[in-house]
Amino acid sequence: MIKSKDKNGSQIDKHYTEQLKERGISRSDFIKFCSVAVATMSMPLSFAAKVAKSITDPARPPVIWLHFQECTGCTETLLRATHPTVDNLVLDMISLDYSETLCAAAGHQVEDALHKSVKANKGKFILVVEGSVPLAEDGIYCKIGGKSALDIIKEIGPQAAATVSIGSCASWGGVQSTYPNPTQATGIGDVYKMNNIKTPVINLPGCPPSPYNLLSTVLYYLTLKKLPKLDKLGRPKFAYSTLVHENCERRPHFDAGRFAEKYGDENHRQGHCLYKIGCKGPETYANCPSINFCDVNTWPVSVGHPCFGCAEQGVGFAKPLHEQADVKLVTPPAGFPNINEEKPGGVTIGAAAVAGVVAGAAITASVATAKKIGETEA
Amino acid sequence: MNIDRKQFFKVLAAGTVATSGVSTLFARERKLLPKNAVGILYDATLCIGCKSCEVECKKVNGMSGVFDTKLEQSHNVSGIWDGGNDLDSKTLNKIKMYRNGTSSTKDKETNGYAFIKRACMHCIDPNCVSACPVTALTKDPITGIVQYDKGACIGCRYCQVACPFNIPKFEFDKALPEIVKCEMCKHQLDKGGIPGCCDVCPTGASLFGPVEKLMKEARRRIKAQPGTKYRYPVSSLESGETQTHTVQKYISYIYGEKETGGTQYLILSAVPYEKLGLLKLPEKSAASTSEKIQHTAYKGMIAPVVLLGGLLYAAHRSTKQDSTE
Repeated sequence: MIKSKDKNGSQIDKHYTEQLKERGISRSDFIKFCSVAVATMSMPLSFAAKVAKSITDPARPPVIWLHFQECTGCTETLLRATHPTVDNLVLDMISLDYSETLCAAAGHQVEDALHKSVKANKGKFILVVEGSVPLAEDGIYCKIGGKSALDIIKEIGPQAAATVSIGSCASWGGVQSTYPNPTQATGIGDVYKMNNIKTPVINLPGCPPSPYNLLSTVLYYLTLKKLPKLDKLGRPKFAYSTLVHENCERRPHFDAGRFAEKYGDENHRQGHCLYKIGCKGPETYANCPSINFCDVNTWPVSVGHPCFGCAEQGVGFAKPLHEQADVKLVTPPAGFPNINEEKPGGVTIGAAAVAGVVAGAAITASVATAKKIGETEA
Repeated sequence: MNIDRKQFFKVLAAGTVATSGVSTLFARERKLLPKNAVGILYDATLCIGCKSCEVECKKVNGMSGVFDTKLEQSHNVSGIWDGGNDLDSKTLNKIKMYRNGTSSTKDKETNGYAFIKRACMHCIDPNCVSACPVTALTKDPITGIVQYDKGACIGCRYCQVACPFNIPKFEFDKALPEIVKCEMCKHQLDKGGIPGCCDVCPTGASLFGPVEKLMKEARRRIKAQPGTKYRYPVSSLESGETQTHTVQKYISYIYGEKETGGTQYLILSAVPYEKLGLLKLPEKSAASTSEKIQHTAYKGMIAPVVLLGGLLYAAHRSTKQDSTE
């Protein structure tokens, strides 16, 4: 295989470059894409080269994409991620062996493909799950090919290298898991725990989550051959470690107490903070304000709708839309004086005592010196 | 000077009569809340630290910003409205923050944080009013607002010393200085409005209303089951607007119910009040004690006259003795 070196020093398979060309993507566009992915992962830019190499590596781990109780919104958002050609390409690159939405085949043929892939790639494939698993009445509320979602996940889950739960449904149950939860919809992590399945789970909650969070997670795994650092809810730290509130472009208005009172009022048009009309940004962990959606630099809050906390269990779908959020954490730039502020220029008792002792010693010393001088002169 | 035993006791007796008030340390009767007293209930568990109250306070009272050159330079701005660290002659209210350990959870004493809004407490029996020698500070007989008359003020700053909450501030930087303190936006109330801080508070953390009703509301909150949802009134009890929030585990005591004779600014919190800089104060105001002493000592001017008489007598005796010697 002939390898060519691009100006960034990354080696890209010649064959792959041709493939890109066929799809109308220049090499620089491809490297640009890798850089964006690297930035999402909070990695140094030099990583772009490594990522590019991983994508072009012919030995790509297969991905199996399962759909349970869901709306396919997560798949849709992934397909609509800005440069669809590139994204489709990446999907090609990770060798998507099974996906009900994207498979050309159907019926027994595709079921066969799934089982073949699972068998052939045991312990090596990445399992992406979209949707929750209904547990009520032996899981009869979601069946594919005559098998319940529960049976499918119990069969395939243990054989995967890792599981990515994409979307709030797979992460914690989503909209169908809110009270009274008639189907007993449950997130994949919890199903694994109940059935003692040890496969690591990465949760990417959101309704839908940013497609770049999935791409970055997969690329991270491909590049470093390990899973990204997760928080205690199993979410990658690079995407879910900060509150929406913290990086929100409307945050300065919150810190200055400027709020939209209702939709369309003067403050709303001025772009003021949406807290008063129910923004859940202060209690929702996600990177929406940092990376936005659809690469046109918008996200709900930027177009004037409060964040409704889709990514956060107990907030999205659970709290009324216009109920005010509980502010989870107060971070800079908001500064607050302490309860007891030291007054500038004030002298503490201790400092005064020390000063007194020093002054006293100085006086005593000077008196003693003067005395001595007097004695020597005399 | 020769004073025999008998004479000594005579003078001592006169003195004792004169100062008898000191030994009877019973406060005068407690002052009662005016019938239509208005107040503010500040619920620290609802405060989100947005400082909209500080902004609005500056706006409706026409106060300028506080200069903080260092802070302004670091942000490349000028005229920061929240530059000060405490109440001062340009700041009538201030949101302060209690921090402990990791400061990760709101309304927790350990490893938590909490907000507190400091402003005039509008005492039922205000020490500042008692200490003021020229009635520049008065308590409105109807609303109970502790108000200031700059025309009467002589700038003695006794009110600053008398206030147990360290509220009145003095304009040291002005040629004709005044005392500055929260007057519960009385100019707004006259127009049928409510205090600026309550008007803009998004969560209802600062709530305006009649003190009696605020007290009832506060008791209801304390009784509510922690963790349940509660419809908190926003802005004022009469606004009809509510916001639903989760009830926190309140300290089962309303700060301001009894402190220094009670206040019209009431505080609820989930963090002990001492941690928020709210001191433990006696139920009896210092004003009631000092006024009792003074009013007893000067009752009908009998004691001073007797004391003066005693002293004159003693002086007379000693001069007489001196002249005979």
